[in-house]
Amino acid sequence: MSFVPHSEADRREMLRSIGVGDVDDLFDDIPAELRIDGELDLPSALSEWEAYRETGRLADENESLTSFAGAGIYDHHVPSAVDHLIRRSEFYTAYTPYQAEVSQGTLQAIYEFQTMVCELTGMEVANASLYDGPTAAGEAALMARSVTRRDGVVAAGSLHPHYRKVIETYLAGMGDELDTVPAAEGGTVDPARVADAVDEDTACVVLQYPNFFGLLEEVEEVAEAVHDAGALLVVAADPVALALLRSPGDAGADVVVAEGQPFGNPQSFGGPVVGLFASLEDHIRDMPGRIAATTEDEDGRRGYVLTLQTREQQIRRERATSNICTNQGLNALAATIYLSLVGRDGLRQVAETSFQNAHYARDRLEETDGVRLLHPDAPVVREFAVATDEASGSILERAAGEGLLAGVSLSRFPGLEAPDGLLLAFTEKRTRAEIDRLVDVIAG
Amino acid sequence: MEQTDTDRSERAGVPFPFRAPSTPTVFERSRSGRTGTAVPGPDVPTRELEEEIPARHRRDRPPRLPEMPEHEVVRHYTEISLKNHHVDRALYPLGSCTMKYNPKVNEATARAPGFAGLHPLTPHDAAQGALRLMHELGEMLKEIAGMDAVTLQPPAGAQGETTGVYLMRCYHRDRGDTDRSKVLIPDSAHGTNPATVARAGFDVVELESNEEGRLDVGALRDALDDRVAGLMLTNPNTLGVFEKDVQQICDLVHEAGGLTYMDGANLNAMMGVTRPGDMGYDMVHFNLHKTFSTPHGGGGPGAGPVAVKESLARFLPVPVVVREGDEYRFDWDRPDSLGRVHGFFGNFGVMVRAYTYIRMLGREGIRETAEAAVLNNAYLSERLRDEFPLPYGRGMHESVYTGDRLKEETGVRTLDVAKRLLDFGFHAPTVYFPLVVSEALMTEPTETETREELDEYAEAMNAIAAEAREEPERVKSAPHSTPVRRLDEGRAGRELDVRWTFDDDQRGA
Repeated sequence: MSFVPHSEADRREMLRSIGVGDVDDLFDDIPAELRIDGELDLPSALSEWEAYRETGRLADENESLTSFAGAGIYDHHVPSAVDHLIRRSEFYTAYTPYQAEVSQGTLQAIYEFQTMVCELTGMEVANASLYDGPTAAGEAALMARSVTRRDGVVAAGSLHPHYRKVIETYLAGMGDELDTVPAAEGGTVDPARVADAVDEDTACVVLQYPNFFGLLEEVEEVAEAVHDAGALLVVAADPVALALLRSPGDAGADVVVAEGQPFGNPQSFGGPVVGLFASLEDHIRDMPGRIAATTEDEDGRRGYVLTLQTREQQIRRERATSNICTNQGLNALAATIYLSLVGRDGLRQVAETSFQNAHYARDRLEETDGVRLLHPDAPVVREFAVATDEASGSILERAAGEGLLAGVSLSRFPGLEAPDGLLLAFTEKRTRAEIDRLVDVIAG
Repeated sequence: MEQTDTDRSERAGVPFPFRAPSTPTVFERSRSGRTGTAVPGPDVPTRELEEEIPARHRRDRPPRLPEMPEHEVVRHYTEISLKNHHVDRALYPLGSCTMKYNPKVNEATARAPGFAGLHPLTPHDAAQGALRLMHELGEMLKEIAGMDAVTLQPPAGAQGETTGVYLMRCYHRDRGDTDRSKVLIPDSAHGTNPATVARAGFDVVELESNEEGRLDVGALRDALDDRVAGLMLTNPNTLGVFEKDVQQICDLVHEAGGLTYMDGANLNAMMGVTRPGDMGYDMVHFNLHKTFSTPHGGGGPGAGPVAVKESLARFLPVPVVVREGDEYRFDWDRPDSLGRVHGFFGNFGVMVRAYTYIRMLGREGIRETAEAAVLNNAYLSERLRDEFPLPYGRGMHESVYTGDRLKEETGVRTLDVAKRLLDFGFHAPTVYFPLVVSEALMTEPTETETREELDEYAEAMNAIAAEAREEPERVKSAPHSTPVRRLDEGRAGRELDVRWTFDDDQRGA
């Protein structure tokens, strides 16, 4: 079925009013040889129930596993009110607030979102969202290049390989390469080596906090080394961990990006999620993406508009700070509602329960034969890596048979400097019983 | 503001009964010590955070997030939502945005736990349904576009364009043809086209449109040389005009060694009728949130899959979904790939919605949809063109009207017309774009609007034109019935306030 509302009589009447005999006449500009001869090779139409059934079958072919996987996407609880509110037609069937007077809901929500992102990251300004954490990091690297008028981009070796790949892709587009400061023995980068790696051509260093292995980088010391060279520090953060950790802004970051999925967005096979992007106010005119701001209307009432649009592609075209247009508005709204619902104490509880679960699992795995903590002495928040004697793929397969997703295989990331093993993540949803099962399954 | 009985805006613009002139922010509604949705505590033996995380890494002050009971949060976001125009309320004729109805079933299918709860790094044998859906969606998109290979990874149209320009770079570099530094773009193009080209390190060469609003073949010939990497050409273009000479255009670009990219923003005008691949394009992106009915979400998420000819397949982003017998998996081993344009596989949840929609339309409904989109626009154009002329004629799925004459006669600008439309309960069209039309009103009704809705919109537009002559100040001071009156954008830029200032900030704490 289609969603065309016209009856045959409507169609005839409309064609008559236009003054053509047949709808084909409206396609006269398309040369005959370009018209599709016959029908497309597509399945035939389905009713709503049939479509629901077909997609439901596909959904059921995915196994429902209790997840200990992270690496950017986490199995947090999404409070019912989040989905209830983002399913309001007023939010999800609207578009970018081009007419501010009839988009005050969307604009106010963006303003609140920007505020919350600033609070968590310790930054002064934030935008309305980017596609995801990795593309936000790529945008940050490009922004740092225009702020500093330098080309070099350096990534910590402990950065998520997917972040790294996106930044590499963006730089390759400009004909440049990404440099790396390898992680030291302990799994984090040595600030002294960062100091050696940056010079007067370096635009920025990209550091993850906690890093890919769940470890805490010395943000402040790295920031000093980076700033001594006149470059910017970009920190890619786990936003849940930031409920417990000193904010990157406080430690000296110039730009903070994050994957905002843990805030009220389902995992959804990795998308749609939401890229958080925040910076110091000095750089706001170089920032990518939409920004909402307050103003007043003719009667002096507070209202909201998109501002500094001369940075953006629809005005500035080839001189825009980015090409982004459609962002992840509804996912940013979900994050805003989530953070309002769990609130100040609730977010801390989410992080703390995740922390306690991770440490319980870590203690148990430390005593498990065939398993070795990759960084036994380093503090972690809610994610850590283990090396395993048994191939990680084989553990994951056995775990799936038990209904568990036993983390992420380290060997699926080519170029990662790590032995075979598992990256394990914990959320507030996991229980002691589930963690005990995980340990049993990994032990074989 | 006094209104006359004949003013239809009086009916459409009944003010929302808000209790206060402006809704406080969520931070103003917050009260210290209130608690929101309960979060589980640990059931494992616990330890002290302070003993595990060194002091230098610990936060000393909690983020100032709201402290509110759940009901207050629900009321807050419900109240601000009521200040939005949206497709489920009335016509939303933003040109090139294709604001069609978003079928509700899409929202149900995308939320199936097997999709919504799936971690992206789930081993492929536990994610067969998701992989199969992606593969089948890709196959259907290839067929609709007449292309040979596809990537679903770009999360929006602009990221599809990025992918396209990177593909140009990979293709030429692979041939050892490294001096191609220019990408050609018509002057009517979306702003994302030149922005994309520039940020991919190419130079933008703008081509003038001819008097029909089409790409000028002579200008193209003049611009083509061995430094041209390719051409980006929207079709139908942003004037809604089909580029009749597209085959010749693609041939010329190919003869000069370049590639051709179609911005697929306007595919709704012609899907099932003609195919970009058959026209000679090498690449095309789809906007699943336009053509394939997935909701715009107040600014996103969208999805911008890119389909290409065989010659470009090996350069597509990594990974791609492949089928081996009855099994589906990701192919990560693609040494020629341009890299990654998303952290995982793109906006999968949007793909589920688009898949649902295409399966429901089926082969019959795809063409019917395009036909109705064009029919609706033609019908509306004939009702509007007397008051709002069409410098480049009636377009296919959208038409670009000019407010020039009205401005000359009355001093009322297109911006004023747009604001006055809001009083009639409609969203405004895209205004002041494309740049080749002065005082432009780029209007796309889409196929899901009834004749009556189009009639009412035309009546509103014509009533505004009449009002501009009789009472121009009323139009210039519009809107009158929206939650806020016209907003001071200049002030917002001058006195930048982009985040809430908390009381303790003001005290300098």
